[in-house]
Amino acid sequence: MKPITKCRIGCEGTIARIRAREPIKGRLFSLGLAKGSHIKILDHTLAKQTWEVESDGTKIALREEEAASIFIESQECDT
Amino acid sequence: MKKIRVALAGQPNVGKSSIINSVTGARLHVGNFSGVTVEKKEVFIEKGDYEIEIIDLPGIYSLNAYTPEEHVAKKYLYEEDYDLIVNVVDANTLSRNLIFTMQLMDMQKKMILVVNMIDEIEKQGGEIDRHKLEELLGIPVVLTSAKEHRGVDEIIDQIIVTYESEKPKNKLYYDERIEEQVNRIVKVLHKSPHFKDPEYARFIAIRLLDRDEDIYKIIHDLPIFIELHEMLGKIYRELELEYDEESTSDVLSGDRYALSKALVMEAVRKPQKKVTLTDRLDKLLIHPVFGLPIFLFFMWLLFQLTFEVGSIPMDMIDAAFTEMSNLVKAVLPDGAIQSVLADGVIPAVGSIIMFLPNILILFMGINLLEQTGYMARTAFLLDGFMKKFGLQGKAFIPLVSGFGCTVPAYMAARTLKNPTDRIITMLILGFMSCSARLPVYVLLIGAFFPMAQAGNILFIIYISGAILGLIVAKILRTLLFKGEPEPFVMEMPPYRFPSMKALAMELWIKTRLFLKKAGTFIAGASMIIWFLSTYPHQPEIEARYLQKIEMTQDGEAKAQLQNEMISKVLERSYLGEIGKTLEPVFHPIGFDWRMSVAVVAGLAAKEVVVSTLATLYAVGDADEKSNTLLQRLRENVTFKAAIALIVIIMIYSPCIAAMSTFWVEVPQWVWRGFYLVYPNLLAWLMAFAVYRLLDFMGY
Ligand SMILES: Nc1nc2c(ncn2[C@@H]2O[C@H](COP(=O)(O)OP(=O)(O)OP(=O)(O)O)[C@@H](O)[C@H]2O)c(=O)[nH]1
Ligand SMILES: [Mg+2]
Repeated sequence: MKPITKCRIGCEGTIARIRAREPIKGRLFSLGLAKGSHIKILDHTLAKQTWEVESDGTKIALREEEAASIFIESQECDT
Repeated sequence: MKKIRVALAGQPNVGKSSIINSVTGARLHVGNFSGVTVEKKEVFIEKGDYEIEIIDLPGIYSLNAYTPEEHVAKKYLYEEDYDLIVNVVDANTLSRNLIFTMQLMDMQKKMILVVNMIDEIEKQGGEIDRHKLEELLGIPVVLTSAKEHRGVDEIIDQIIVTYESEKPKNKLYYDERIEEQVNRIVKVLHKSPHFKDPEYARFIAIRLLDRDEDIYKIIHDLPIFIELHEMLGKIYRELELEYDEESTSDVLSGDRYALSKALVMEAVRKPQKKVTLTDRLDKLLIHPVFGLPIFLFFMWLLFQLTFEVGSIPMDMIDAAFTEMSNLVKAVLPDGAIQSVLADGVIPAVGSIIMFLPNILILFMGINLLEQTGYMARTAFLLDGFMKKFGLQGKAFIPLVSGFGCTVPAYMAARTLKNPTDRIITMLILGFMSCSARLPVYVLLIGAFFPMAQAGNILFIIYISGAILGLIVAKILRTLLFKGEPEPFVMEMPPYRFPSMKALAMELWIKTRLFLKKAGTFIAGASMIIWFLSTYPHQPEIEARYLQKIEMTQDGEAKAQLQNEMISKVLERSYLGEIGKTLEPVFHPIGFDWRMSVAVVAGLAAKEVVVSTLATLYAVGDADEKSNTLLQRLRENVTFKAAIALIVIIMIYSPCIAAMSTFWVEVPQWVWRGFYLVYPNLLAWLMAFAVYRLLDFMGY
């Protein structure tokens, strides 16, 4: 289990845990990011300040801080 | 005639406004990103014996509303009186959409589910079983594609049928352990006369478990509150322990998540997962390295086109209005009426309409940005950059709309949750030059810069405005609003091919508005300017000069005297007097009284700056042949004063319409006052600095 900010572009896995606080947690959930859902890391900006992930057909942009609160369960995903 | 009132609710960007447009022929604003609609809008349609009022609500992700525009939708759903809810969902992302659908179903109102965008899912080989969905959810389902106008008329029929029939029995039940607690809460609620209705009590109970603050406020003042409060505390702890979650809201969410997954599993045949066009485009357009340069290139291209292509029909329009003016002079007898038309209104209105092509190209660019889905990408690309200035990427969307018109841009700031972010964004929005300022820039650039550079200069003006805005944002953030900007979480919609019809419609609406404004507001303003610049008459001065002219034989001297006379008379007019009073303020930045008057008149609307310059320099010129305003500006205005004018226009207060929108959107008097003063002060200071600098450099 590790935060998605530790992952490379292209890596995917299952969300193990979301540590964000409300109301961000609720917002992430409304966008389909919840414990147990599939997630794929699509992109980040050059300074890795903003990330893009995909879950169940929805693409979501988030800041590093929020991205770091999403923990992923995956084997082949090291930086 | 029976009246039916329908609340159209759904998550953002699912096509709610598009559906209304498709059904009723309305022209609601549509765009491919979340938060296009930020204020509710009513649209009426008649069918048979029914008058149906459909309310287009801003998109809302969840009843636990987050941003101000979501609160608009939530408030409507909770407090207003309507007959049924039409819930629109996006077929592509059905499972997360259905979670919100369940929250709506908890309200126990009559409801219809509209699954939109089926064209997209079918194209990828997917399929949705409408009857299965109806059976499982227990509410009517309609499949639609607003884009292809499929199924949308059926919505209206279904509205009537649903309105006339009994509400079907609720089929949505949660996990047993949750239901148990819901029933416990309902029992206590029943003790109060407010919650005798079992369905309403169930809704309140579920919302309490969902930690809905607005509902908590309702029960807070009731006699049962103490008992309820105590019990809720216990229930929260029990459920949280049982499910190992941090909050009962998570417990409910988890259950809804599971339910919706199951629903989708049964009713949807998912398309094969393929690499989509969006994936491929994004590889390039939001590439870590190339993304930003590509974006800057697009912006540069837009301003280049705005200037280059926009200038093509300009001379024609100019010539047409000059013709018209000459015609009036030839047809009407000499006198005040001839003069007000030929010297006042026609040149002024013409000087504005000339810029319509430029403005349309700019609006086309913004519209394509909105329709394609690239807008959300720019927010993504610029978020890191914006963060340095104490803002977040999403703030970029209102800022871009500000290049079109500041009024909707102020409204669009509602998509920012954090009040501080929102107020900072609104305070700097004025620096994003709106399309009404474009004519002033194009005019001054045309007069003072070589044609080959024009597009670049225009680009530089817009970019400097944006950069200035960011710097001011940073200053405001450090001095007045300490604290972190709101987190950035944003949906990135798939790219969609822009609808040419929507684009044409948008440009047509803009053209009509613009012509209307030119024909009424600008014409009226220029009439006032003409009047103030023509009266009072100065018979003595005129007589004195006419005598002098009479006496000279030299033609050149004659013309010179003539010019002198006209400018003397103009200086003595009411407007001349006003200009003289303003002069001390604007003298340090090199403005003559005419420019001063034009700038102040521009507070009404920025187009008035151009029309006023046109009137004032036209009246003051006896030589009817050198007709272009450009020529006259070059003769009368120095380069450094022209640059100072550009700087003022870029920074000072926007038009009255924008100011009153700010007034409505921001209730705090401190900010209203601040907003009135600081842009003008800053504008003057910056103009002064630039003017002095250019002076020092020897221009
Ligand atoms: N392919 C396809 N695109 C659609 C359909 N309906 C809407 N769109 C597109 O989806 C995007 C969103 O449409 P809107 O009508 O603005 O969505 P909305 O729900 O009003 O969005 P908000 O006002 O932001 O909540 C636009 O780009 C539309 O052109 C459809 O049936 N098929
Ligand atoms: Mg809308």
